[in-house]
Amino acid sequence: MQTQDITQKEEKQYTTLNLGPTHPATHGIFQNVLKMDGEIVMDTEQTIGYIHRAFEKLGEHKPFYQVTTLTDRLNYCSSPINNMGWHMTMEKLIKAELPKRVEYMRVIIMELSRISDHLVCNSVIGVDTGAMTVFLYIFQWREFIYEIFEEICGARLTTNIGRIGGFERDFSETAWKKIRHFVKEYPKGLKEFENLLMRNRIFMDRTIGCGPISAERALNFSFSGPNLRAAGVDYDVRVTNPYSSYQDFEFAIPLGTQGDTYDRFMVREHEMWESLKIITQALEKLDKLEDKNTFHAEVPEFYLPPKEEVYNDMEALIYHFKIVMGETDVPKGEVYHCVEGGNGELGFYLISDGGRQPFRLHFRRPCFIYYQGYPEMIRGGYLSDAILTMSSMNVIAGELDA
Amino acid sequence: MNMEKPTLEQISNSLKEKFGDSILSQTQEYDFPVLVIKKESLFQIVRFLYDDERFQFRYLTTFCGLHYPDSSQPFGIMVQLHSLVHNIRIRFKSFTTLKDLEFDSLTPIFSAVNWMEREAFDFYGIRFKGHPNLKRILNVEDMDYHPMRKEYPVEDATRVDKDDTMFGRKSSGYDREKLMSGKQ
Repeated sequence: MQTQDITQKEEKQYTTLNLGPTHPATHGIFQNVLKMDGEIVMDTEQTIGYIHRAFEKLGEHKPFYQVTTLTDRLNYCSSPINNMGWHMTMEKLIKAELPKRVEYMRVIIMELSRISDHLVCNSVIGVDTGAMTVFLYIFQWREFIYEIFEEICGARLTTNIGRIGGFERDFSETAWKKIRHFVKEYPKGLKEFENLLMRNRIFMDRTIGCGPISAERALNFSFSGPNLRAAGVDYDVRVTNPYSSYQDFEFAIPLGTQGDTYDRFMVREHEMWESLKIITQALEKLDKLEDKNTFHAEVPEFYLPPKEEVYNDMEALIYHFKIVMGETDVPKGEVYHCVEGGNGELGFYLISDGGRQPFRLHFRRPCFIYYQGYPEMIRGGYLSDAILTMSSMNVIAGELDA
Repeated sequence: MNMEKPTLEQISNSLKEKFGDSILSQTQEYDFPVLVIKKESLFQIVRFLYDDERFQFRYLTTFCGLHYPDSSQPFGIMVQLHSLVHNIRIRFKSFTTLKDLEFDSLTPIFSAVNWMEREAFDFYGIRFKGHPNLKRILNVEDMDYHPMRKEYPVEDATRVDKDDTMFGRKSSGYDREKLMSGKQ
């Protein structure tokens, strides 16, 4: 009979831990099969695609206007940016020129969405470090931004805002009042938020050095947005390839150095201030503009005519039907247009064969690209840091899986 | 280091000089220069643009599969590179046939392309030589077709209770059997 020699050196044993797909701490449907050495993460295998809805395939079967509703559901924390990114892609394809007033109005809405996006991400970092209060305090401001969206387009989360060529209607008095109120009052809320977290010893100990990535690796992983800037690379689409008159505005690009959770938090924090600056400038510029009424470009073949005209005017009725049925001619060609979305470069690659639907539509989804860097960032850290790293990367399941 | 911004002409000239007949065409599509290249030299060209100190195309913007069923080389890929130093963007396209549905993987150059190549494999069935982990990414593993190919309808093609031709839901119009067999 053989007895086992218990003094023999054992091979190192790892634990496999299944995190997700529906773990409450990951804020979305992500599966990570972690290889653990005690509390230390050695490696992870990511599974994605749980909420894949075949947007690219659906896009090939929908008239151009109906694609807007698909973009809503990419990064749903800042859907107006996605909607407008898509509209701008179409405008580039049909070579439409937009009036300055429309572009400034768009800038206001896009910066408001950026604030609401960053605000969710940053307050959720707070929640994951155990500071629930900040999340609850700051959320009244996200609620307020959604009220502004509701006033402008009637929807809150999946906004479907705007049209090809501008907005469906001019902003109401109430909307302007609310935007001005936001610009005036929000700094107080943001200051309070910062006071609770920014120099909080516990928060700093928890986030500094957590989930870092070097600038070189971040570039190789094609990071974009706040995650790339936290690693120290000053790439911002609003500056490198300005769209919607961003070249008219003065703003800074906040940069981090370590690429860790604290830097990502701080970059988003400062970007919210910069966004506020942009909105203030846009309001000033709008006041100075002589044009006070234009809210869309003159593109009758793509811009839905007002309902009264549809009922009373033959031409408007024809355009209405042509647009709704997707019978307007579009040029052949391929366009790529990118905007600085809430979490990075959001690109639309559209091949048009002149038909009523896109021949090929590809979304460059920043989440999908930078989530690949996640295993490298959490390797060698604690499990709780892995959770924190994920929420600080702002991975949105809708965008990840498209 | 020479940090002067190279013109598009300089880039395409040095590419032509080095890779000559690999460049099949060069066009300007809106604000983007588009180069159609032979698939054999795709990897070499991307490597060259990455390494060359004058150009430094070290950021991969996006990558996706393409399917033009009416072309003699129906399957293709699209790669967009960005030189962040000079802020120049460039797009490459490369095509192949159904029989020879394989490209060189760009993963040795860009880590970011890993999932994008898996996506192209998942949706178009394009294989990538040298990819470390080429398996489906967004669809379930046991799926037996590649859904973004043009012959696959977006809805169940066997349904007869709906006539949606007027609502942008017409069938792709491509003969599935013919496309699957790879004949033109």
